[in-house]
Amino acid sequence: MLDYDYTIKREKPSVAGIVAPTGDAKFQKFFWGGDEIMVPLYKTTAEAKAAQPQADVLLNFASFRTAYDVTMEALELGGFKTIMITAEGIPERLARKMNQAARDAGVIVIGPATVGAISPGAFKIANVGGTIENIVNSKLHRAGSCGLVTRSGGLFNELSNIIAINADGIAEGVAIGGDRFVGSVFIDNLLRMQDNPDVKYMILLGEVGGTEEYKVIEAVKSGRITKPIIAWCIGTIAKYYSSGVQFGHAGASANAERETAEAKNKAMAEAGIHVPATFNDLPAKIKEVFESLNIAPVPEPEINIVPSVRRSKQFICTISDDRGEEATYAGFPISSVALPSTGKGIGDVISLLWFKKQYPKWATDFIETVIKTVADHGPAVSGAHNAKVTARAGKSVVESLVTGLLTIGPRFGGAIDGAAEYFKYADDNNLTPAEFLNYMKKQGVPIPGIGHRIKSLKNPDLRVKGLMDYAAENFPKTPLLDYARTVEALTTSKKENLILNVDGTIGILMVDMWRALGYAEEEIDEFIASGTLNAFFIAGRTIGFIGHVLDEKRLAMPMYRHPMDDILYDVQVAEKI
Amino acid sequence: MAQKAIREYDAKSILAKHWDQYFPNFTYAYETVMVQNGSELKEAAKEKAWLNEKRLVAKPDMLFGKRGKNGLVLFRDQKPGDVTLEKAAAWIDEKAKEKQEVYFAFDGDTPVGAPSVDYLTHFVVEPFTPHEQAEEYYISATCVGDEDVLYMSAEGGMEVEEGWEEKVTEVSFKITESEEEIAEKIRANVPADVAENDKANFAEFAIGFFRAYRELNFAYLEINPFVMQGNKIELLDMVAKLDDTAGFMMAEAWGDVEYPTAFGMEEKSPEVLAIEEADAKTGASLKLTLLKPDARIWTMVAGGGASVVYADTIADLAGIDDLANYGEYSGGPTTGETKFYAETILDLMTRQKDPQGRDKILIIGGAIANFTDVAKTFTGIIQAFEAYADKMKEVGMKIYVRRGGPNYEKGLKDIKEAADRLGLWIDVYGPETHVTDIVRMAVEA
Repeated sequence: MLDYDYTIKREKPSVAGIVAPTGDAKFQKFFWGGDEIMVPLYKTTAEAKAAQPQADVLLNFASFRTAYDVTMEALELGGFKTIMITAEGIPERLARKMNQAARDAGVIVIGPATVGAISPGAFKIANVGGTIENIVNSKLHRAGSCGLVTRSGGLFNELSNIIAINADGIAEGVAIGGDRFVGSVFIDNLLRMQDNPDVKYMILLGEVGGTEEYKVIEAVKSGRITKPIIAWCIGTIAKYYSSGVQFGHAGASANAERETAEAKNKAMAEAGIHVPATFNDLPAKIKEVFESLNIAPVPEPEINIVPSVRRSKQFICTISDDRGEEATYAGFPISSVALPSTGKGIGDVISLLWFKKQYPKWATDFIETVIKTVADHGPAVSGAHNAKVTARAGKSVVESLVTGLLTIGPRFGGAIDGAAEYFKYADDNNLTPAEFLNYMKKQGVPIPGIGHRIKSLKNPDLRVKGLMDYAAENFPKTPLLDYARTVEALTTSKKENLILNVDGTIGILMVDMWRALGYAEEEIDEFIASGTLNAFFIAGRTIGFIGHVLDEKRLAMPMYRHPMDDILYDVQVAEKI
Repeated sequence: MAQKAIREYDAKSILAKHWDQYFPNFTYAYETVMVQNGSELKEAAKEKAWLNEKRLVAKPDMLFGKRGKNGLVLFRDQKPGDVTLEKAAAWIDEKAKEKQEVYFAFDGDTPVGAPSVDYLTHFVVEPFTPHEQAEEYYISATCVGDEDVLYMSAEGGMEVEEGWEEKVTEVSFKITESEEEIAEKIRANVPADVAENDKANFAEFAIGFFRAYRELNFAYLEINPFVMQGNKIELLDMVAKLDDTAGFMMAEAWGDVEYPTAFGMEEKSPEVLAIEEADAKTGASLKLTLLKPDARIWTMVAGGGASVVYADTIADLAGIDDLANYGEYSGGPTTGETKFYAETILDLMTRQKDPQGRDKILIIGGAIANFTDVAKTFTGIIQAFEAYADKMKEVGMKIYVRRGGPNYEKGLKDIKEAADRLGLWIDVYGPETHVTDIVRMAVEA
């Protein structure tokens, strides 16, 4: 379908999303000409429809076991104009229920047991038309003047080819499907084609069995259908075999004389429909009718050529692009966010490059405040210490810096992630502060983000106070911080210094920020799980570490050696085993 | 094929299995056995006391009706209702011994058309149930167009068949109608001839019957007649078809049900059975029917629709007597599956020469494939050529190929090269040639 879209120069791919119930990927790469595009994946039809409400066609590729459920769910969800079903052999009773439910909902069902349908030059669903080479050969890449309806998928292709050779191609075509009970039948499609001014004449390829062709005959007789129809029912051979031989599709089983291919061909011919003498004469009949209509030639449009050899891309980038005049951050030229005149700060750059969104000023200011707040915390903390020791060993700025950065983890700097994770868990599960403390005790983890070496309620950490004041003034609301304060009230009642510390405050306020920005809880959980909160700490503290490294370089301090009297030596002679 | 006929015995067994769910206020003794010969019947009598205690009825259970008119219902020895176990066993052995003539249609009591001749292999034996004619009723259900139709009559047996128009009440139901709506409609349409004090019972039975028909995924279900004596039901004769596409969800409900070949139809050949087995194992489709194995033209066609137009065209241009088989492969079979399919056909085709000494014709046809890789499937056919080349040359064969679709150029080139290398006569065409035109070429050659 994407090859088709590309070939006919469709601007946007026709596939909005794919429902893939198993697997964790969020998108799948597909070729778009020589290039590639990403098509989003969703776990459920509901999720896909919610994310892509503009998509109004559902291609149901589920097996005969589940195709019914998938269709019924889609009808329940609503918003689909057409549902195509490829599965062959859906239980008949389920197929009838499904088709009726769709009819009642005004939804067109194509199939079951179909290879798809096509509006040449605009939209193609599923495998109809076959390979892109065949599509172009059969002139299915641009609109002609025939409306084509068949049961069989293979013969749909065959007829498209015949029509391309003997006439000017098709304006729209549907393979209605081979099962006994299909959603839209010949007449449904022919009536639509009658009303479509691009269709000048119709071709119907029926089959032995069923009485649907008679509805077409009625419509011709009543004058509801006035455009010429060329028709043929395959399966004339069935008359030679009394029973037991199933010719063709499940729908093709003649239970009565009038359901035979011969009777239907005869009745159609009598109604004034153009019926050839045999299937082998169909091409000549098409040529004859087409030429009698004197249709103006169709201009051949330019097409894109899908390259025959395509290489899959190794890397994907969705945040920045350096291919144009000026490199961009999430679509914004660098100068439009970098220059002072733009009024943009580092918080804006982070929102673009980390989150691919333009955050409001209160949020970018908060991010900037966080970066500034965590930039340094003196030389004694382990990360800064490691950076300094490395610098004194004569290593470069980058080597010394990463030594410091590599120290960041669950014990150093990790409290931001941890605080966000645990407080959010407690809040999501409506735990009271006492229950939360109990829970953490059972987990055997000290509450991340609670406790300070020297600061207490009486001697507050001014960084914390600053962040809280900023949030109170600028955040729309701070539910998680409010909850955390109730926890703090309980912990400080036990011990003075068990206050909400700066890491905890940042982690919790980040969650409040994202909530206020409209992120779903699952998205926020993903931010936490992927270590996004620590990233703020890493970005900020990099500034401080570089400061310490440059400080060492300036001071030209010698190689550091730890004093031996600061080490407790307790070495036993190794036992022989 | 979606709708498959099952034996009367299986139909009764399925209803009996779910009896209390659909007919909680009725009883059905489910006294019925299916046997293939007299000794099996005697063996069954060791477990089922009623076979010894009651007088019996025996009849073949092989999908055909009109058993009474064909003289194939045993209910009397000297007088009606005196058939013993011994007599039934002897009668079954006698009827199974030789081929029997069975007429499927009658005009009055006169058979119409030629009889089918075959062995009787399955018999059902049940107690003889004395009852009044007035206690016999008719009921059946099937799908007509988009609607389910329930047929009911106060008269059962042959009378209903011969007086269908006057005696049967038809009620149609949309697929969307609720249980309540259905029940109400049935109650309102109980045939007028049902005795007044039996009407409520009849309606209740019909409601259960129609629900069983729907929920158990029958495509056709007929009891003709059933006997209703108060709350006691006897199912005297049943005909049923299942919608076998529902098989995956009805395995439990249907139990171990068999889909027999119709009486008089040739038993499926081992080759056809092997293709059926392969078909059941793959997501692709492999179908083969043998029509006339000594005929001259064989087809190996891809696609359900294309296979039909090839068969049509052969019948039109060469005549039906020249067509040996019907079948198709589709849905992207693997190379191995195609090889197996092709070998099966080549094997059948090379068993004997054409009686008139002409070359045999193999049509390897197909429309323009949607997604089946032509080169890949042709690789399987080429491998089969390699295995059968000597036999093919010996019997004399002309091969006509026409195909389009993914990778068709390579497929056509490969098969042409392989045939030339193996010394086989071949002509190869692509989508520029009309799909069935190779039939014309082959016939005119």
